Amino acid sequence: MKILVPVKRVIDYNVKVRVKSDKSGVELANVKMAMNPFDEIAVEQALRLQESGGADEVVAVSIGPAQNQETIRTALAMGADRGIHIEAPHDIEPLAVAKLLRAVVDEENPGLVLVGKQAIDDDCNQTGQMLAAMLGWAQGTFASALEIATDSAKVVREVDGGLEHIQISMPAIITVDLRLNEPRYASLPNIMKAKKKPLISRDANDFGVDITPRLTIVKVEEPEARAAGIKVADVQELVNKLKNEAKVI
Amino acid sequence: MSVLILCDHDNGQLNPLTLNTVTAATQIGGNIDILVSGDASGNVAAAAAKIAGIDKVLIAGDKIFENSLAENLAPLLQNLSIGYSHIMAPATTNGKNVMPRLAALLDVMQISDITKIIDANTFQRPIYAGNALSTVLSGEAIKVITVRGTAFEAAASEGGSAKTEILESTDDAGLSTYIKSELSSSERPELTSAPIVISGGRGMQDGANFSMLEKIADKLGAAVGASRAAVDAGFVPNDYQVGQTGKVVAPDLYLAVGISGAIQHLAGMKDSKIIVAINKDDEAPIFQVADYGLVADLFDAVPELEKELG
Repeated sequence: MKILVPVKRVIDYNVKVRVKSDKSGVELANVKMAMNPFDEIAVEQALRLQESGGADEVVAVSIGPAQNQETIRTALAMGADRGIHIEAPHDIEPLAVAKLLRAVVDEENPGLVLVGKQAIDDDCNQTGQMLAAMLGWAQGTFASALEIATDSAKVVREVDGGLEHIQISMPAIITVDLRLNEPRYASLPNIMKAKKKPLISRDANDFGVDITPRLTIVKVEEPEARAAGIKVADVQELVNKLKNEAKVI
Repeated sequence: MSVLILCDHDNGQLNPLTLNTVTAATQIGGNIDILVSGDASGNVAAAAAKIAGIDKVLIAGDKIFENSLAENLAPLLQNLSIGYSHIMAPATTNGKNVMPRLAALLDVMQISDITKIIDANTFQRPIYAGNALSTVLSGEAIKVITVRGTAFEAAASEGGSAKTEILESTDDAGLSTYIKSELSSSERPELTSAPIVISGGRGMQDGANFSMLEKIADKLGAAVGASRAAVDAGFVPNDYQVGQTGKVVAPDLYLAVGISGAIQHLAGMKDSKIIVAINKDDEAPIFQVADYGLVADLFDAVPELEKELG
């Protein structure tokens, strides 16, 4: 079985984002970028499946500007076999991403698509579900445990009330949650090796898919900052403030 | 305008976040219908009909909808979509699972997790874990939207008298099957709707120490939450997690105990009215958002707090 893993290039999760002064978006220039942490978990899971004999090839795909090839190289350094880069604008929407991924799935015929449940930049949480709809495949979202068989997969999902177990037919889309695994670090030899792994780059326009944005960004603003609070000396003062000043208990 | 809401429920009770979604729909205006799927008991449909502002309750009682499997629910919503300008669901794990599948079937771009309605086509939503707010304009004929419950008041759960309509049954997509749930049972209020929340972080050191927080929760009628670090460490189950990718809460009082205040945690609680932080590290970022900060060892401060509360 082949596993396709879409990976997104986002601002590194440790970076404090800054809104541009013209309110057109957030500042991306000279900001450290990294693979979306949820997608790292997806890559890791694909590699573990491959290592246990459950998959014979892991293909990483990333959609965005030329720099997204670095994100694919990270996946290759972790252990993915080859990469596909699709040149597209940085702010391409999940609906368009899902359409391009469907085209890739049609060409590559993977048995499973593993992807992060959401990207930490736009926080949309849409791409996996949209791709599943377009392919008419089953979806196992927010997975914290997986058991993959030939025709079906058991997925443990993190839901609001706790955990939910479902069985889905294969091929399928599985979107991964935080606690599925802890992604490995790429070793230096593997980073070197990754430079020689096959990576092709194609233009989004070659897929015959309409990727025109459907939403217009009117403005992007900083949220209102909270007024500075105070330090209390002890528990007594805290309880007193909560009772008599804030009146919340 | 005409809005269809996907009712969130557990086949016995209406998820209160549905009421916040009704308020969001009211701000758009026009007719508001609500789809209740599954719900063999009929309790949820009866409750939905009483919500103030609802015109019609659509009931899809088929067993295939009982566990809200997206592969069955999304096509049902697609079939119902004709004539509606907006289809909304609370941004619960259920709404997040089903709505993008619906959006793709309708070939529309979803607007996730809205926090404000500017007009019927323009919405505000948080991005980058709430560190920026994006205002977006949608030209889609049908707007598929998930709603952040804490950003809208709850609609009155009584006073409405909606009509009901039973929908014809549909076929199982045959792609997925529900097996079982492992749900945390608690007598305490639900995290996302509790007026007071007390959360523990990595500083709690052990799951057993959460009993200290539970004692305070029981005195205050509070829910118990946790940071991602505490959940990752296995102190408490995943459904305790407050943060960017966990639950978003905005109670009257949020007590953060032994939580450093990582960006992704702040994303889930910084809209709380009053924030209290107890942490022994006076440099912890949580103090930057706290109204009242207490620099202390939580193993001294928490038992003392319990005593003070009487």
